[in-house]
Amino acid sequence: MLPDLGVEGLMTLLERMLVARRFEEQLIDLAQERDIGHFHVYVGQETTGIPALALLEDGDLSFTNHRNHGHLIARGAEPGPMYAEILGRATGYCRGKGGTLHLASAEHGFPTTSSATGGCIPPAVGAALGFQRLGSDRVSVCLMGDGALEEGAWHESANIAAMEQLPVVFLCENNSLEALGQRAGEYPSSTMAASDLTELASVFGIESVAIDGLDTRCVYQTMAKAVQRGRSGEGPTFIEARTVRWPGNRPIWPELATGKTDLSMAWDDSVIPQEHIKWHQEQDGVLEYVRQLLGNGQISKESVLDLDKQSSERVREGLIFALDSPYPSPEEALEHVFTPHQG
Amino acid sequence: MVTETVRYIDAISSVLRHELDRDDDVLILGEDVSYGGPFGATAGLSESFGPRRVIDTPISEGAVMGLAVGAALSGCRPVVEIMFADFVTLAMDQLVNHAAKFRYMTDGKLSVPMTIRVQGGVGGGYGAHHSQSLESWFLHVPGLKVVAPSSVADAGGLLTAAIRDDDPVIYLEHRGLYWTKGSFVPGGSPTRIGEAAVVRPGSDVTVVTVSRMVKTAITASEKLAAEGIDIELVDLRSVAPIDWDTIEDSVRRTRRLVVVHEAVTTGGLGAEIVAGLSTRAFEVLASPAVRVGAPSAPVPASPFLEQFYAPSVEDVVEAVLMTLDDREERPAHAS
Repeated sequence: MLPDLGVEGLMTLLERMLVARRFEEQLIDLAQERDIGHFHVYVGQETTGIPALALLEDGDLSFTNHRNHGHLIARGAEPGPMYAEILGRATGYCRGKGGTLHLASAEHGFPTTSSATGGCIPPAVGAALGFQRLGSDRVSVCLMGDGALEEGAWHESANIAAMEQLPVVFLCENNSLEALGQRAGEYPSSTMAASDLTELASVFGIESVAIDGLDTRCVYQTMAKAVQRGRSGEGPTFIEARTVRWPGNRPIWPELATGKTDLSMAWDDSVIPQEHIKWHQEQDGVLEYVRQLLGNGQISKESVLDLDKQSSERVREGLIFALDSPYPSPEEALEHVFTPHQG
Repeated sequence: MVTETVRYIDAISSVLRHELDRDDDVLILGEDVSYGGPFGATAGLSESFGPRRVIDTPISEGAVMGLAVGAALSGCRPVVEIMFADFVTLAMDQLVNHAAKFRYMTDGKLSVPMTIRVQGGVGGGYGAHHSQSLESWFLHVPGLKVVAPSSVADAGGLLTAAIRDDDPVIYLEHRGLYWTKGSFVPGGSPTRIGEAAVVRPGSDVTVVTVSRMVKTAITASEKLAAEGIDIELVDLRSVAPIDWDTIEDSVRRTRRLVVVHEAVTTGGLGAEIVAGLSTRAFEVLASPAVRVGAPSAPVPASPFLEQFYAPSVEDVVEAVLMTLDDREERPAHAS
């Protein structure tokens, strides 16, 4: 189902989903050609983060983690400075000081990014505390994976968020539903005794809900309600969005296991190969979103393909921009440890 | 402004109250802070400023440290109280990986203005979980400033500076100093972070020290003066950054160096100072530099054992004498 956004709004979501998808496909390609270090991709989770973050406003802060590329794109960050940051160039959002693991852009509402699992939770709650104490109606969004629930930081922070009724939304993207793949010799995933993750929040009295992360409408509506709760002083919300673990994410290094996304699979089953048929038919949220857009009747295949072409071109130009950009000067490695010129 | 004679802990309370009053963005966070904390530093603040600004937290040091980071990012100026220095171990991820690095990782696009008040030190029979001096752990982390006042005036001046600073500052309080008295100007100006003080000028041996050991070293210097040995005593005040200019200037005149701290000697602040000074001015040293600190053992609980464990006036005297002669035998706490 689609959110009630009108054609323009729905197409904006599609554009960001496509930019996120093409951005990472190109990144995986690049990693085949040259050593760009380790990175984590968001493929398969676009229908969660993109509608959820699209409804945030200026001044709302979001705190993300190692799997952040899609989150930044969701709030309007540009492929060029993102690639540049990942590749350590001077034109990156943090001039190469953050890299893929600490991609951040304050102007897009990402003050900093923690890549210690669960590390973003206390600062996200702290920002909410700040908003509340300063009398602001801004909200803080904590973007976390299911693995972060294994950290003590979660339990300590959830308690405080609940006690102080803070304006924070915990958006937990659970991409470990297929963690049983671990038994098949795949890269292991989270290990948690609790079977219902929402209970780890509801025990503190936090409003908690589990939703299908592939259901764009449900994500959007649930998030809208949670943000509204925060803005009106009703306290925190925990959302477990169940997403699918993309087959390309199963090895330690991401691989284009399902090939580059072919949007025609959304309307032509005959082009879907047998291998990974479940992914293409049921689990790829971007294809599913396109199917829904077409089913809605207001958007044509041609306009979807046009948007994809434009999005692919944007990420291609972004990569060229990054590759053409200089590295920072060596002295910059020592800059900005402390705030200069104080007192 | 009127100078008053107050206790070290009163200076801390006075500055907290003054800064809460001066800047609406200042928040106090910690366990039992509305009750004054374990020694009364925050007593009365909750009554004056309310629970929205003086916030009692759960016993969750890690989350509270991160809470301060996030509050700082959203526009507040939090002051966190960690009840005993030993419990900073529970908050090291947020302190080391987050507070200290966020400014750098964003290429200076933001800063993290927060103060972490930490209380510790040997004394009172508190034992191994409530008595450690961990300043060298913090010194090792780029992005953290660390101050450790020994006098009442600096207790006030450095706390004022820490709260107004735009970077994370760890403010180390020694509970053995809480009830010492000295002059203090309420609402007075900040003491510049990174500047040591020569608390006793002298010509024979430079003794660099910090926190409560300044008192110990002052007593030692008086004993040595009676024997005709003239100590120059440097109170570091700031552990990070270290005021190398003051240390080097002093050692170039005295040509001898002793570093005294209460923390364990191994891997400590003294090692850093001796190494740094050696690089800067090795050629002027007339004798090997000597460190005085605690032995490599946890802090014992028994007051009797504490007395042996912590560096004493006699240890400092012995260390100074070592730099002045060629004796082979070294005192127990010198290395």
